[in-house]
Amino acid sequence: MSQKPSDLLFGDLWSYAPAPESPSHAKYDKRLSHYIDGKFEPGENFFPVLNPATEEVMTEAPTADAATVDRAVRAARVAYEKYWRPMPGKERAKYLYRIARMIQEKARELAILESMNGGKPIRESRDVDVPLAAAHFAYYAGWADKLKYAFPGVDPRPIGVAGQIIPWNFPLLMAAWKIAPALATGNTVVLKPAETTPLTCWKLAEIIQEADLPPGVVNIIHGMGQTGAAMVNHPDVDKIAFTGSTDVGKIIQRAIAGTKKRLTLELGGKGANIIFEDAAIDQAVEGIVNGIWFNQGHVCCAGSRLLVEESVVDQVVMKLTHRMQTLRVGDPLDKNTDIGAINSRAQLDKITELVQAGVDEGGTKHQPVCELPGKGFFFRPTFFTGVSQSSRVSQEEIFGPVLAVLTFRTAAEAIEKANNTPYGLSAGVWTEKGSKIFAMAGALKAGVVWGNTFNKFDPGSPFGGYKESGFGREGGRHGLLPYLDLGGC
Amino acid sequence: MLPSSSRYVPPNSPTIDEVSINERVDKLGTRSIKTTAKIQGLKLCIAMMDLTTLEGSDTPGKIETLCQKARLPITTRDDVPQVAAVCVYPPMVPIAKAALAGTKIKVAAVATYFPSGQATLSERLDEVRRTVEAGADEIDMVISRGDFLQGRYDKVHDEITRTVEACGDAHLKVILETGELQTLDKVRLASDIAMDAGAHFIKTSTGKVQPAATLPVTLVMLEAIRDYYQRTGRMVGMKPAGGIRDSKLALKYLVLVKETLGDAWLSPDWFRFGASALLNDVLMQLESQRTGRYQSDRYFSLS
Repeated sequence: MSQKPSDLLFGDLWSYAPAPESPSHAKYDKRLSHYIDGKFEPGENFFPVLNPATEEVMTEAPTADAATVDRAVRAARVAYEKYWRPMPGKERAKYLYRIARMIQEKARELAILESMNGGKPIRESRDVDVPLAAAHFAYYAGWADKLKYAFPGVDPRPIGVAGQIIPWNFPLLMAAWKIAPALATGNTVVLKPAETTPLTCWKLAEIIQEADLPPGVVNIIHGMGQTGAAMVNHPDVDKIAFTGSTDVGKIIQRAIAGTKKRLTLELGGKGANIIFEDAAIDQAVEGIVNGIWFNQGHVCCAGSRLLVEESVVDQVVMKLTHRMQTLRVGDPLDKNTDIGAINSRAQLDKITELVQAGVDEGGTKHQPVCELPGKGFFFRPTFFTGVSQSSRVSQEEIFGPVLAVLTFRTAAEAIEKANNTPYGLSAGVWTEKGSKIFAMAGALKAGVVWGNTFNKFDPGSPFGGYKESGFGREGGRHGLLPYLDLGGC
Repeated sequence: MLPSSSRYVPPNSPTIDEVSINERVDKLGTRSIKTTAKIQGLKLCIAMMDLTTLEGSDTPGKIETLCQKARLPITTRDDVPQVAAVCVYPPMVPIAKAALAGTKIKVAAVATYFPSGQATLSERLDEVRRTVEAGADEIDMVISRGDFLQGRYDKVHDEITRTVEACGDAHLKVILETGELQTLDKVRLASDIAMDAGAHFIKTSTGKVQPAATLPVTLVMLEAIRDYYQRTGRMVGMKPAGGIRDSKLALKYLVLVKETLGDAWLSPDWFRFGASALLNDVLMQLESQRTGRYQSDRYFSLS
């Protein structure tokens, strides 16, 4: 049974007028600075920072060379010994709560900056990124004075200086995920945001300075791959935390082998979103949308492979086609935009190339009919039918709004297909039968399994992957572990 | 007891994930309706309104006032449409017909012993026939919730088909009374049964029971209509009624329709609001768009 979805017309009989959020709330310098030892210091070797929706240069950021990295690490070391390690947990907590409150107070400005610099819709930065970032600081503030109770029988100690490298898909949120647990546990931090998205981290440095955090406890430096490498290779860094691509994760792991450095990696994924015939189908379709088109698919845990029970695949494809027609692609600062800009030209090229590969391999490409803005890096939401487990679009992480639709006939087959990937970060299970959710969750090799939902995050919920998606967890009590010395455990 | 050869098989309705429905409603609630979209939406709300009075204390004078408001919602501007219909109790139908003569405004009447429906089938059908004879263009019936909750879906289906017949040329809206059905699964099933039985419109509530219309219930019913349309090619209309008092909420309902069913349903032929106080709130919003200021309610005539 295959039906034409052309019967429903989602046109512009009643179209939404532009509803732009004003960029004037966002204040930033024409040149960004490093934040080291409690001060903003001018840097060198500036590189342009773009607004991906307009391709305009917003500002420029400095490149931290090995000497700058060294100064930042030394500031972190001094702060660790002098201020932070000796400080009682409940005093550390006060700083974290203060940072959480200040993020909330400046929420509007941060959301606008995040959307302008990163490309994601203002609705997402406003409703997801910024609130979750504040929540992470508040959550870990609560742990700062309760570490004795986190791991029974052990009085844990901090490790020292953490070097943290974060990606461009959730800049502020990833900074919160890294800084909050590190500080709560008594460690100090040198953090580098991604080169395309330094702005909200730079703004966070302003907040941290205004919060009067002792100098050197958090240092935020800018730069590209080489700056990250300098951090990874610095002999006085005790722990590296990296979120980014699997390839770079492997490079880092090789680099620290034989050193005393501890490591956590949160890498790529090719998450399986599994829909059974007894799912609430309309809601499952919403789950597909949230799984792969939320944040333009720039999500490590995206549900980029759809596994549908064959008996309902036609129905799901038809509903997905309808649903795609009401997705609004456009200006990230418009409050009605669902899908914003792709973060960079490089990423857009990669997505375009992989989608072309999907077509060349014989897949059928489905996209809505919609106009894209004249400039900027935009890509229509896409899904492929007529692809198989061995297609490139089903195997490689595209990191864009592109979904591969595959079928299965039994739960055992779904499990086998879902696990048949080097990645193991996330999965979703859609069924109205509770026992099936539990059975699937136990069998799926994914760090996060969502039941009848997708892309749901909470600071209390540990997040991380199996296999080539990395190791270590962020969030929850488990998120404390990477930053603690449990004394021989 | 129905003979086994005509045993009705209820539809294979899907179950509904309530958490996801609420999330979808919340997300659609973030749509920002401004400027031209707001004005157009507000006018559509008026054109889609079933201006309603269903009180024990209704009198001919009350009905005439309502109909006058329906014909001329506001005197200070001429770009505001008339409402789609007025909705009254059966004895008031002839009065409404006379008061609306010469306009395109429909007279809808509640029948089948609204709001409880607690009467024999023949009593209910008789009321429908009499009301249609009196001139009603549309009938809003109530389903038997007691039968539904007992699982007597065959009886519910049968009663609706008989009511469709009794309506003749009049259109039938089937009120599910979703507040008494309580779960979204049951709302979906009742919607499917009503559409199978030939309803022209499915309607949330009588407005006499809390909760009346809600956004989640409406979304479930719109999705039911969509699936029915894919399956059969027949369009069915939808009417949320009760509890929609302000424009902001009404516009959220319109967003649900637009993004679930699309352009074809964005018309009074296929979507109605069962409301009374809403009209003046919409007029106030329209005036504030025009003048830049909110006027007090003294400037808007009572219905």
